[in-house]
Amino acid sequence: MPHKRREMLTDPLVDNNPITLQVLGICSALAVTSSLQVAFVMTLAVTLVTGFSSMFISLIRNHIPSSIRIIVQMVIIASLVILVDQILKAYAFEISKTLSVFVGLIITNCIVMGRAEAFAMKNPPIDSFIDGVGNGLGYGVILMLVGFIRELFGSGSLFGITVLETVNNGGWYVPNGMLLLPPSAFFIIGLIIWAFRTWKPTQVEEREYKIQTVEAH
Amino acid sequence: MEAYLALAVKAIFVENLALSFFLGMCTFIAVSKKISTAIGLGVSVMVVQSITVPANNLILTYLLAPGALAWAGFSDVDLTFLGLISYIGVIAALVQILEMVLDKYFPPLYNALGVFLPLITVNCAILGGSLFMVERAYDFGESLTYGISSGFGWALAITAMAGVREKLKYSDIPDGLQGLGITFISAGLMAMAFMSFSGVKL
Repeated sequence: MPHKRREMLTDPLVDNNPITLQVLGICSALAVTSSLQVAFVMTLAVTLVTGFSSMFISLIRNHIPSSIRIIVQMVIIASLVILVDQILKAYAFEISKTLSVFVGLIITNCIVMGRAEAFAMKNPPIDSFIDGVGNGLGYGVILMLVGFIRELFGSGSLFGITVLETVNNGGWYVPNGMLLLPPSAFFIIGLIIWAFRTWKPTQVEEREYKIQTVEAH
Repeated sequence: MEAYLALAVKAIFVENLALSFFLGMCTFIAVSKKISTAIGLGVSVMVVQSITVPANNLILTYLLAPGALAWAGFSDVDLTFLGLISYIGVIAALVQILEMVLDKYFPPLYNALGVFLPLITVNCAILGGSLFMVERAYDFGESLTYGISSGFGWALAITAMAGVREKLKYSDIPDGLQGLGITFISAGLMAMAFMSFSGVKL
């Protein structure tokens, strides 16, 4: 069913986005988004790890006793992350140094574990791989968006190339230093969620208490 | 004794795992709807944290650090590259045990925590705590103190967040910002408030 598989790939991008709807993988979204290049490498790493870990877990899903499933999943994920870490150190040493702990923390990125638990344990390998890649990309969309806003307005550049000439270098743009501090990522993600939900009103959460208008006596 | 106290205060307020390092955010946002569940989760994170940090410290000192295997006759072996996988192994095993214990003896708490209990394994605060322990080279006593107090700091932060959210649900928020959106923005404000601790020196 190629149609269904394409849906599985595109569905997590907006309609069922891991960050804005499933609330998974937020830690790194806050910490690695101050520059676009780092966010891009992080997206790539997370997408690969999610895709392959889902595939491998799905391959052996019928042989994992449910009481030790978490440990089995963690071993697979941790091995893949160590692999990614070694590759980054070998071929992109500078970026690997900027990412530092956050490569290790991909292990504890809830998207990887969440997809393994919710999808790969119940579905065949190829579907799981596509689902993993889709969710990794959905995470990437938000990461790149936040990275774009933070780098452009925080330091006036994109991918390290100056776009808005800052005052310090004799230009006209006064950079907004707050955007380089981690709390700003909270605000940006909050506003992105607002934008997404205005665009797709079905994602709006139900109010627990409605404000009623009472006519004046 | 004073050194331990200073370390504890620093771990709870100045370097709060949730609000200064943004670790454990997934569960922090997702399980902070009600104060009672938040306290339950906070306590379990604290328990797991105060066991795993000292346990990982022992593993590092006696198995992984360069020359640590001298007692077994391998004095020039350095296994630190196995660090990540051993720390996460210890954490996963402990969480699984905690899950079984809760399921058997405290079913209401087990049901309340639901899918988020397995997710304690992937709570960055737990692995982050162990990694900080390694990075700052704490000894056993210090890592015990650090484990308990950083767990407590995380529990405090999630409980405060749940308190804010319980009040927040009565307010009139634009439709698209309802729920998750406003939670992010209030977490951002809390984080900015906690940044004011960052200058405190003990």
